[in-house]
Amino acid sequence: MSAPAPTVASLARGLAEGQFSSVELTRAYLERIAAAQPSLNAFITVTGEAALKAAAEADAARAAGRAGRLTGVPIAHKDIFCTEGVLTTCGSKMLGNFVSPYDATIVSGLRAAGTVMLGKLNMDEFAMGSSNETSYFGPVRNPWDTQMVPGGSSGGSAASVAARIVPAATATDTGGSIRQPAALCGVTGIKPTYGRCSRYGMIAFASSLDQAGLITVSAEDAALLLGPMSGFDPRDSTSVDSPVPDYTATLGDSLQGLTIGLVREFFDKGLDAACEQRIRDAIAVYEKLGAKVREVSCPNLPLSVPTYYVVAPAECSSNLARFDGVRFGHRCDSPKNLLDLYCRSRGEGFGAEVKRRIMTGTYVLSAGYYDAYYLKAQRVRQLISADFARAFKECDLLVGPTTPTPAFRIGAKCDDPITMYLNDIYTIGANLAGLPGMSIPCGFVDGLPIGLQIVGPHFSEARMLNVAHRYQQETDWHLKTPSAFA
Amino acid sequence: MEWETVIGLEIHAQLATRSKIFSGSATAYGAEPNTQANLVDLGYPGVLPVLNGEAVRMAVRFGLAIGARIAPHSVFARKNYFYPDLPKGYQISQYELPVVAEGSLDVVLDDGTRKRVGITRAHLEEDAGKSLHEGMPGMSGIDLNRAGTPLIEIVSEPDMRSAKEAVAYMKKVHTLVRYLEICDGNMQEGSFRCDANVSVRPKGSDKFGTRAEIKNLNSFRFVEKAINYEVERQIELIESGGKVVQETRLYDPDKGETRSMRSKEEANDYRYFPDPDLLPLVIDDAFVATVKASLPELPDEKAARFVRDYGLSEYDAGVLTASRELGAFYEEVVRRVGRDPKLCANWVMGDLAAFLNKDNLEIEKSKVDAEALAGLVTRIVDATISGKIAKDVFEAMWATGESADAIIEQKGLRQITDTGAIETAIDEVMAKNPGQLADYRSGKDKLFGFFVGQVMKATGGKANPAQLNDLLRKKLSG
Repeated sequence: MSAPAPTVASLARGLAEGQFSSVELTRAYLERIAAAQPSLNAFITVTGEAALKAAAEADAARAAGRAGRLTGVPIAHKDIFCTEGVLTTCGSKMLGNFVSPYDATIVSGLRAAGTVMLGKLNMDEFAMGSSNETSYFGPVRNPWDTQMVPGGSSGGSAASVAARIVPAATATDTGGSIRQPAALCGVTGIKPTYGRCSRYGMIAFASSLDQAGLITVSAEDAALLLGPMSGFDPRDSTSVDSPVPDYTATLGDSLQGLTIGLVREFFDKGLDAACEQRIRDAIAVYEKLGAKVREVSCPNLPLSVPTYYVVAPAECSSNLARFDGVRFGHRCDSPKNLLDLYCRSRGEGFGAEVKRRIMTGTYVLSAGYYDAYYLKAQRVRQLISADFARAFKECDLLVGPTTPTPAFRIGAKCDDPITMYLNDIYTIGANLAGLPGMSIPCGFVDGLPIGLQIVGPHFSEARMLNVAHRYQQETDWHLKTPSAFA
Repeated sequence: MEWETVIGLEIHAQLATRSKIFSGSATAYGAEPNTQANLVDLGYPGVLPVLNGEAVRMAVRFGLAIGARIAPHSVFARKNYFYPDLPKGYQISQYELPVVAEGSLDVVLDDGTRKRVGITRAHLEEDAGKSLHEGMPGMSGIDLNRAGTPLIEIVSEPDMRSAKEAVAYMKKVHTLVRYLEICDGNMQEGSFRCDANVSVRPKGSDKFGTRAEIKNLNSFRFVEKAINYEVERQIELIESGGKVVQETRLYDPDKGETRSMRSKEEANDYRYFPDPDLLPLVIDDAFVATVKASLPELPDEKAARFVRDYGLSEYDAGVLTASRELGAFYEEVVRRVGRDPKLCANWVMGDLAAFLNKDNLEIEKSKVDAEALAGLVTRIVDATISGKIAKDVFEAMWATGESADAIIEQKGLRQITDTGAIETAIDEVMAKNPGQLADYRSGKDKLFGFFVGQVMKATGGKANPAQLNDLLRKKLSG
């Protein structure tokens, strides 16, 4: 099969029309995955045999007249999602040997919709990172320039979709981990509203911020796949019991009368001038489509990075306590006693960035520091939410840059965590407020892709996808494919 | 110097839900290790807790029963510490905002005085698993069957002033949780246990002394002994110039002493924070009203009714309402006998209680049930047998399981109420004892008892005492 691989929508059409079978399609992608693995390192586990078996079942289902829209479409999962009987590492040595005994809810949802799992995608260790360099399984490389990072933590998801070695991938976003790599790899990413997709079976980093989502070629593909992963899950108390619309139904809606807000604080001095120009170009496209544009302000938004780096580490320090070498995961050799078991298992199993965040989180929750850090951060978080709520009284959606710069060089920011953290300055706000966010390709700077971020009010996914889709009808940035993988 | 003891208790009661507080695993006691622990209980990667509504209902029942405030909004928090039997590395509990706050319980002390003990709060939390050290040389085993079992932790004010008061309070809570059917109260299995905070201060002082916390006391006897030991230890320490340090201590029942476990400095910093996996617990008025409507008659209400309706003393009413089963047993006896509730009470609290105690049985397992005891009491009330004979009949009932009537028939214990027969016996005794008769008639009234005894002896104790007295008095006076 020839590259560039088409979209999920076109593959689904091809399967429905009998142009190719799911087995043929799956085999083709498995070949592309194998070919790209040495240069991209996007996969941690490829489940070729199981994929072909699932594809054959999909073909049989179709032959029996039981095919749904997505039956037989291959996808891959970020290795943060538990998959029964398959290695689930979360990018860590700690879980280097962990075969999950169960499926995450979104994994079973997408399987029930007929998708075929190709394997598990590389990621920053425990989703902590913005460059995919913290993975125990080595960095993922950006398909547009393999000297560059793909972004993180869903670097494997973004790189593999960008290189067209998978049609679509699941991902997660705690502070920008879907949108930032999507922007850096020139693909479409959606982080739904907190509570829209179940977190059951998604290995927790920061529970109040974590949200499952997708990285796809197009907004239409995201609309196709989002339905089966959304909805209330009785096993996740924070999932929200509200109806799931057919996200594809409203993709073509007119943008006449839409008011787009430009957050003043997103266009600060940290934003690269060339990147800003691409964003302004995209806004002009929206004006042409009939949208009104107005400037709005979220004055507390600049506090989002420090706020996030208190809340997220606090939660992770507790969430990662279960990795103690007792029941699963890495256990050190011949521990002398209990303390030795804990210290060496955790010391050996976790990488440097994970340790840094566990220590930060432990510190901010400690007696005497809780009020000054954790409690204060929670208050600022409420202020940031209130800023967004105010902004949405003046506009329907916010748009701006996803990242301040295009992809940076592998190794460039490894020694400077603060600079690394600032890469998520535009994305973290949506997580703190639980809002849905997207990133869509809107051009290139020096041959590297740039992302346009869209943030909407809670449960405005359908509107956001509509707005993204209409842009993609006017532009073809999302269809550009890196030459090495064309 | 005279010292005053100050005690506060933290009681842990396991809630009698069928499944765990945050997972669907069964809570039944005594299963093979780790057969009642699912992925949530094991703290597997990616799993999430889901609150068991039944545990909330039970906590609300308790709150209402102690006249507490039910929080419309309470929060689950994580208590972080590492231990192998704590799978997630944190315990889900409630910290700043508990579900139940500010209640109280009245306790009747041995001397009949009433004392009110304040209850600061009661919160929901999950139990940990168990570490097993026996039979595994050089290793420890972990059994996570208990992990995630729902607990309610009931924290009292430092209102108790002696070990006896502490035990009386703990017994009252024990009674209450079983009345409410929210805890089986089984202390051997650890379903009901407490930590005691103990301090001493010079009598008259209004400042608290430094306290020690004695952990994990699982019998009323241990609570009393441990507190008494600790009080003496602290007084001796202070009087010999030392200082009590704030610490956690363990009671060793074999040695009858408390030992230091860890000092305040060594104590964990639990880093409590709200659990982001669980939404705040919101309880509305309608739910509280529904739970309130379902409450059974509570011990204090029942005792007051026993005093009012059955004319019992407050003490007797307290004893008979110590458990719902005992109260029900007593009322069943009264209902069947149909009169003399005081006599019924004496039998339940007297012979029956003694035999239960001797055989170490609970009232539900009594070898003489309410119907059988009522049969016996009825025979006393209708004068078929005397109270004294009844004691023998009861013993036989206990041993054989037969009814009072059957035993009375078999052994021919029916009381003699035929005046002719009694008169004949009196005549015979009078004829046999002319000397005593003469003495009596010359004014030695005390010999009346002698004649009663002789006639009773002659009738095998079966003469109706009242009739005998009447007839004898007549005959003796000629």
